[in-house]
Amino acid sequence: MPQLNMVQAINLALREEMTRDDRVVVLGEDVGRDGGVFRITEGLFEEFGAARVIDTPLSESAIVGAAVGMAAYGLRPVAEIQFMGFIYAAMDQLFAHAARIRTRSRGRFTAPLVVRTPYGAGIKAPELHEESTEAFFCHMPGIKVVVPSGPYSAKGLLLAAIRDPDPVLFLEPTRLYRMVKEEVPEGEYTLPLGKARIARPGGAVTVVAWGSMLQRTLKAVEGYDAEVIDPMTLSPFDWETLLASVEKTGRLVVVHEAPLTCGLGAEIAATVAEEAILHLRGPVIRVAGPDVPVPLAKLVDHYLPSPERIRGALDEVLRY
Amino acid sequence: MPESTLATFSVRRLEIIDPEGNADEALLPDLSGDELRRLYYLLLLTRTFDGRALALQREGRIGTYPSVLGQEAAQVGSAVALAGGEWIFPSFREMGVFFTLGYPIHQLFQYWGGDERGLRTPDGLNVFPVCVSVGTHLPHAAGAALGARTRGDRMAVVAYFGDGATSKGDFHEAFNLAGVFRLPVVFICQNNQWAISVPLSAQTATRTLAQKALAYGFDGIQVDGNDVLAVHRATREALEKARSGGGPTFIECLTYRMADHTTADDASRYRPAEEVAAWRERDPLLRFERFLAKRGLWNEDYAAEMKGKAQGEIDEAVRRFEAVPPPAPGEMFDFVSGELSPRQKKQKEQAS
Repeated sequence: MPQLNMVQAINLALREEMTRDDRVVVLGEDVGRDGGVFRITEGLFEEFGAARVIDTPLSESAIVGAAVGMAAYGLRPVAEIQFMGFIYAAMDQLFAHAARIRTRSRGRFTAPLVVRTPYGAGIKAPELHEESTEAFFCHMPGIKVVVPSGPYSAKGLLLAAIRDPDPVLFLEPTRLYRMVKEEVPEGEYTLPLGKARIARPGGAVTVVAWGSMLQRTLKAVEGYDAEVIDPMTLSPFDWETLLASVEKTGRLVVVHEAPLTCGLGAEIAATVAEEAILHLRGPVIRVAGPDVPVPLAKLVDHYLPSPERIRGALDEVLRY
Repeated sequence: MPESTLATFSVRRLEIIDPEGNADEALLPDLSGDELRRLYYLLLLTRTFDGRALALQREGRIGTYPSVLGQEAAQVGSAVALAGGEWIFPSFREMGVFFTLGYPIHQLFQYWGGDERGLRTPDGLNVFPVCVSVGTHLPHAAGAALGARTRGDRMAVVAYFGDGATSKGDFHEAFNLAGVFRLPVVFICQNNQWAISVPLSAQTATRTLAQKALAYGFDGIQVDGNDVLAVHRATREALEKARSGGGPTFIECLTYRMADHTTADDASRYRPAEEVAAWRERDPLLRFERFLAKRGLWNEDYAAEMKGKAQGEIDEAVRRFEAVPPPAPGEMFDFVSGELSPRQKKQKEQAS
């Protein structure tokens, strides 16, 4: 079984799905001849041609808006937004249309599309290249939000996302693109959307983390009896897996790099308060980015939740 | 080196029938008497619907409603050129397009009455639901056209919008995409000269809207939007060009919004009554009646008969609309996604 990094795993998923299903097309800025700025789509243009690997003008709203039209027409577009900070220009298309065309048309028209975008901080890139604003999208009914945490999950989740009958925002943790290699099977396998996985079993405290924070959390909790949950799909969230773990451990720490206020940690804490408060031994603690725009490289290490802060949260909740 | 001129341009304008009903015979589209009378009936039906919708709104039987008064020719004239299989991306003021394509009339009352089930397009008709957010549906039209091109389908896609939409980013992004890929799409603007209170002169600094297409590398034409045959001819040519690989066209139908923006608006606050009165003289229905009369296809008796028929059809649609029981509370969940999440399922049970 080949050892692949996440870039190679996503590329493999796209190649296999485009071979299997001729409705699948890729569109975005620099995705064709250049193979994408991170080389995610490398070789697809040569293999599938310009009709299915479409280099678009620099036009985020038109990329997502055209994907809505293509999807309604019967194709399965996979659009790339070059960095998450540039998706803001396309949020109108995602929120006003992709997420609600099924509702608006009472099921007559649907938007089975995927928008992939690199996400997260710590790659020494310019402003707006390191955003993690997943919570905006989780707030919008009708759209799914998926974050793979490694090459294996990236392939399985992307195949599931492309086959999903509704729009999926696929957030690719940029820091992880080439950080780890895993065994990634050739041929098809899917990981179901809406299902979390226990990344590390434990008994004394539940820790939830996703994206590049998952890798950091797994290292930080070494030596603790911590159960680490990798949600993989942020919306719809797998509450069943989370609540079962919290009922067992009685403690919860949420780690995300997005700003604290109204981040997804708030929804997680509120849900646990509503449904499992009698199992809790101590307060739910959120370890998150501060409420500031993501700083550039010189300060980003002070922005991202550090291993020390994560361990500090564990120590605090374990006092109860 | 001396300066040189790299580009010059001109913008065509098309009108076939003048306000007195005289036609330029050389430009008349090839339509039979029956087809011309069908156009007349569709104009009448649209106007009859409009009057009834305004009355129903005043009586509290439907909600906020945007009148199409004055724009019937731009809608009917273009929509009758469609073959039926095309993908249509309307804005929110296209009742005449919907009727011409055979969309069930009672469903439009239902929609404007606050029941989303009215937007469920019947199978076999590719009309996208009403787009309320101005101009944001233009990329969808470009996308459907891109889909047709990807699949090699001989297809034309049509998008309808107003003058206000030409100020939106999505107008420019969609036009650019269509130009770059020479997509089979026809952009039809009903320039009714008012975007709520903003007149055309405050919406754009260009002489015409049609010329905006030139910046994206394709043709734009202005037609007299109150001349149903001019609109028809321009649309037919643009559709044929799109289907045969000739790329996109932008048709600016110059017309006038005779009524308020919606029933929630009062246009007397911002526009002069004389301007409205001047445009009343250019009424598209009146003009077409004069044209038909000159050809022996219209007289007062015929008009009365057709008005009665349209009234009957609208009466029946209102009856059907009001006979539909309101949706059950749980129905708001029915089409949120292909499969509801466990949390949504629970919320649905609580709502039901």
